[in-house]
This record gives sequence, C-alpha cells and structure tokens, in this order.
Amino acid sequence: MAKTSSRDRMNNEINAGSMADIAFLLLIFFLVTTTIVEDKGIMVKLPPWSEEEPDITKLKERNVFSVLVNAQNQLLVRGEPSNIDNLKDRAKEFIRNPQNRPDLAERPTKAIISLKNDRGTEYKTYLEVYNELKAAYNELWDELSRQKFGIPYSEDMAFAYKKAIREEIPFVLSEAEPTAFGEE
Amino acid sequence: MAKFSKKRGKAKPEVSTASLPDIIFMLLFFFMVVTVLRDAELKVQVNTPRATELTKLEEKSMVNYLYIGRPQPRYQELYGTKPRMQLGDKFANLNEIPIFLEKHKVKLPEAKRPRIISSLRVDGEVTMGIVTDVKTELRKAGQLKVNYSAKPKAEKFTRN
Repeated sequence: MAKTSSRDRMNNEINAGSMADIAFLLLIFFLVTTTIVEDKGIMVKLPPWSEEEPDITKLKERNVFSVLVNAQNQLLVRGEPSNIDNLKDRAKEFIRNPQNRPDLAERPTKAIISLKNDRGTEYKTYLEVYNELKAAYNELWDELSRQKFGIPYSEDMAFAYKKAIREEIPFVLSEAEPTAFGEE
Repeated sequence: MAKFSKKRGKAKPEVSTASLPDIIFMLLFFFMVVTVLRDAELKVQVNTPRATELTKLEEKSMVNYLYIGRPQPRYQELYGTKPRMQLGDKFANLNEIPIFLEKHKVKLPEAKRPRIISSLRVDGEVTMGIVTDVKTELRKAGQLKVNYSAKPKAEKFTRN
C-alpha cells in the first residue's frame, strides 16, 4: 500500500517545465513570420476633375519642361530623346536656371513640368520618371532650406519654413491626358 | 554539520517556473493581436516598383487600398490575364470606385474625411491605361490625395 502511494506521488503531475519552451517556440515563430507591412509610397495630389483640358499653349515655351514617355518606355524631354539618368539634373537646372539662360524657366515660380504618357506606357517607367521629377524638387527644396534656414528639408519641419520654401519653389507638375497608344 | 547540510539539500529552494508558460503565452497573444495581417486576400499580382521619394502612410484607418494587376494564375481562367482592379477582396469595375470610396468614408468621423488617402498598389508591369482610368475616376469622385505605393530603393537619396 505504501508502495502504490509513493508511485502516485511520482506520476500524478505532468512536467510543465517544457511548456515555456513550446510557448517560446510559438512566440519566435510569430515574431519571425509576421512582417509589419510598411506602407510607403509617392504622395501625389491629383488635380480636381474638369471637363475641359487645361490650355498650356498660352504658356511661354521656356517655362515648360515637357516630358513624354511613350508606349516603348522611351523618354522625350523638351523635344529630344533622353535618358532617365540625367532627368533629375536637367529638371533641377531647368527650375532654378542658375545661369539665367533664355531657354530655361524665368523663375522657379513660373516653371511648369508637363508629364505626358501613352496608355501603353509601363507603370514602372512612369513611376520612375515621376520619382525623378519629385527628387529634383526635393533636392532643390533641401538646398534652399539649408541656404535659408540652415536645416535640411523634411516633411515635418516647421510649417512656416516649409511654406516659405514651397512658395519660392512651388511644385507644379501637370499631367496631360494620355494618348491611346499601345493599350493592351 | 553533515546532518544540517543534508536537510537543506532535501528542501530544494527553487523559484517556481510554473507561471513562466503563462507569461510567455501572454507575450504570444500580445504579438498575435498587435500584428495586423493583411485584411484583403490579393486576387491580383501586385509587385510594386521601387522608388526613392517615399512618404510613409501614418494613419492606417485613413487609407483605402486599390490594387491593380494581372489576376493571379488561379483566377486567370475566369478573369483572363488582362490587368484588373481589386477593391476590398474582390475584382471590381471602374464604376464601383465611388461606392467603394463612400463606404470607407462613412466609417470615419466627418472632421477626418478630408485627410483620406487612396493608396494605389499597382504592379510595375501594368500599362498606364487602366491606371489613368482609375485616376480619372478618383478625380471625378473628389478623392485627390493619392499615394503610389512603392518599395524603397537601395541607393536612397539622402539629405545629408
């Protein structure tokens, strides 16, 4: 009798020591597999809808930086075939026009970037071009911010600073209705 | 002396680890609840392009997602291989965009509504035709804040 009771005492509990390990394993599994989805992207403000196309013919030609992307994903910048690699630098030079050249924008406030694509243009190419143009503006804003306020430009800097910079170099990008080429 | 130490040894003064599993489970549940899984199952293939000038979307509740891409292989028999748009968890046509936007809008308090952002998750290989159509619909619906979803590029433009 005494023997059985000692047996009971030995076996009446499941060893819960490994429970922690199991739970740890699960925890690590969840930690590794769940990727916190980072939502990032290029912010764009679309123009309000209007039935008629804005007329850009009355703008001076020197103030318009036209970028065309065709259905073969080729670039035509201000009437000449171009490469995406120097698009940003060209746009920057055009907007600021440091040497006051007669064929570039009169003032940054007057500069207009016109982007036009075909319906057959790949989205990837379009976004790359848009990215470069935005980068041009971002770099210009950054330069101006350092020059004027001595701090780098960022989205969450003081509102007054940002406004002052944005007023000096406004972001004007007009997108024309695409031409119906290369639609699949 | 010997007797004394023997008695102590038998007592085994151990810290109880019985509650350790409970603590770990609590951590586990915390992580399981906090990590939000993607709410909609993707029916189109979306591989967003890479870009450098990215802005982070701060408030998730203010964002509605529009997916554009080719249908996944298992849906191709039914929907073909042409790029399609997905709203919520189903394929949708362009004329369903205003209703989709409105449904999202009514869930938010009025003060927050002007800050709604539409996140366009578009596959890089898709042509601009459908993207333009979607953009036009968004403009017509008055939803002008748009975010072209993109992945960060390796060689990032730094402001230093």
